[in-house]
Amino acid sequence: MSEAAAGTRRLTVGEALREAVAEEMRRDESVFLIGEDIGIEGGFGGAFGVYLGLTDEFGHGRIVDTPISEKAIAGAAVGAALMGMRPVADMQYSDFLFECMDELVNQAAKMRAMSGGRLRVPLVMRAPVGATTRGAQHGQSPESYFVHVPGLKVVCASDAYHAKGLLKSAIRDDNPVLFFEHKLLYGSKGREQAGGLDLIVEVPEEEYLVPLGRAVVKRVGTDVTVVATHVSLYRCLAVAEELATGNGIECEVIDPLTLLPLDTETIWASLRKTGRLVIVHEDTLTGGWGAEVAARAADECLYHLEAPIKRVAAHDVPVPYAPVLEQAVVPGTERIRAAILEVCG
Amino acid sequence: MPPEPPSTVDLFRQMLLIRRFEERVYYLFLEGEIPGTLHQYQGQEAVAVGVCSTLRTDDWITSTHRPHGHALAKGVTPRAAMAELYGKETGCCRGRGGSMHLGDPDVGMLPAIAIVGGGNTVVTGLGLAFKLRRTDQVAVCFFGDGATNEGAFHEGLNFAAVQGLPVVFVCENNGYGASTPWDRVSLVSSVAARAEAYGVPGRTLDGMDVLMVREAAAEAVANARAGRGPTLLECLTYRFVGHSRSDARGYRSRDEEAEWLARDPIERLRRRLLEGGDADEGTLGRLLEDVDAVVEDAVEFARSSPDPDPTEALGEAYV
Repeated sequence: MSEAAAGTRRLTVGEALREAVAEEMRRDESVFLIGEDIGIEGGFGGAFGVYLGLTDEFGHGRIVDTPISEKAIAGAAVGAALMGMRPVADMQYSDFLFECMDELVNQAAKMRAMSGGRLRVPLVMRAPVGATTRGAQHGQSPESYFVHVPGLKVVCASDAYHAKGLLKSAIRDDNPVLFFEHKLLYGSKGREQAGGLDLIVEVPEEEYLVPLGRAVVKRVGTDVTVVATHVSLYRCLAVAEELATGNGIECEVIDPLTLLPLDTETIWASLRKTGRLVIVHEDTLTGGWGAEVAARAADECLYHLEAPIKRVAAHDVPVPYAPVLEQAVVPGTERIRAAILEVCG
Repeated sequence: MPPEPPSTVDLFRQMLLIRRFEERVYYLFLEGEIPGTLHQYQGQEAVAVGVCSTLRTDDWITSTHRPHGHALAKGVTPRAAMAELYGKETGCCRGRGGSMHLGDPDVGMLPAIAIVGGGNTVVTGLGLAFKLRRTDQVAVCFFGDGATNEGAFHEGLNFAAVQGLPVVFVCENNGYGASTPWDRVSLVSSVAARAEAYGVPGRTLDGMDVLMVREAAAEAVANARAGRGPTLLECLTYRFVGHSRSDARGYRSRDEEAEWLARDPIERLRRRLLEGGDADEGTLGRLLEDVDAVVEDAVEFARSSPDPDPTEALGEAYV
């Protein structure tokens, strides 16, 4: 990032994602967008406005508005990808991915293998996650379902710089990529009250990519390794600052960015240094991706561990609506702080 | 280039090849040479052959859990298809697909999709790619009557319709979804009527008549190629064998089976060829010998081909 200081702007995640798709569409004729309410005149530019204005440049040919038919969206993306196109498909909410599990799990993830490696499925499926007082069917974080599927890649973008670089890499990747964004991180106006974060960060003017499969260390520390994505990452960073001043505990905070394939090298290197591991995600606890990280850490780093591995996740209940209930379910700073203090105690 | 129109004798030979291939495969399976399970195509040959005879190599098809006939009709070689059933490295999917996933990108066939209705959305993506690239390729989706009660059937059909995609939906209505008869699962008697509900022309045909299927498919494909959007062809047909390997067909009467067997598409065309003087018994007899030799060659090829290397199995999830 430092090299790019000469030409940087400050962008929201939503703006960065828009730039990413626009640049890739200019670069490669085979890239196109497909989804609900993405290019309708006077419409929303996608559920969170990421595609606003893109039809002016690219027209309706390459911005394909569909019926409310998630199976058709995902199936069309799979078919077009098999023919060498690079579709960027759009789910309005990640909860709707369950409508097209067959297309993603049975078709996208398996076609290449079933063909004996003769075909490729270079599609991206973007989907917003996160509990934002919309209740049980618009507030899930279903990344872990897809982490379980060999053949898919799973990405979690947490800020504008990484969102742009990762999305461009995902579009160029020859494998199907599930690209998860958090609703509180888009940078939409007026979401502060609902817990939205002000995440406008520097983004270089010139082109850059962020590779898939590589984690980033967001804060260097020596006492405990904290692995978190999306909005949980920022809660962890806040807690880390607090514990550094108040308790003299130095957290090393890692954003994996890609959950599948996971950059275990970076995480284990940190864990071997700190001997303690806390994993935080907004997906529910049981069978969440944190369980996989914990199991592998126990397998590969057991003799470096000085405390039990802790997971801080959403409780195993459907996401409730009332703000006080929702906050009781998702992993907030208090639970994160308690877990870190427990392993460092 | 449009393909050289096949002669009626060519169509006969193709149907015969599928029939003899399937009959041979059945015994190879019983003898334990072919692993897994089988969903066989005997009885439905006129559909695959009639439709695929109107397609170019660069047109694409999607298929189902019952794909052997579609594969051979679209141009997968009997050797590559047979070796795939054997799970050999020389198979059309290098032994990674198997009976339910036969396919070959070189001849325009995706690995067959063995989830009922799975192809009905994927095919729209093929059509969308052709439309966006402004090629005049066509995508054909084969599916059974059972698939028409899947949500994917409706979403795919409607999306293809509103986008005007170059897609032909070919329903092989063989009367049963596994053991369940059509009239137990639909109050609408025809699948074609469902197409009309989405503004897509729907046509019900005698799927035991290869020439009729070919004629209807040629029109649907020409319309798709010319940018006039999708068509649904409902081909009434019958599978002469069970749904899969362990099906004693207790849900069908032997009388009903006899009625359909009397309409055997191969026997019908044979009579027509003889009556019209397009071929004589001698020619057709030699054709059978020829087809059997091709099948036997495929079996020998599969038997003598190497297994895939097991050490490769772990590294195949990603490009």
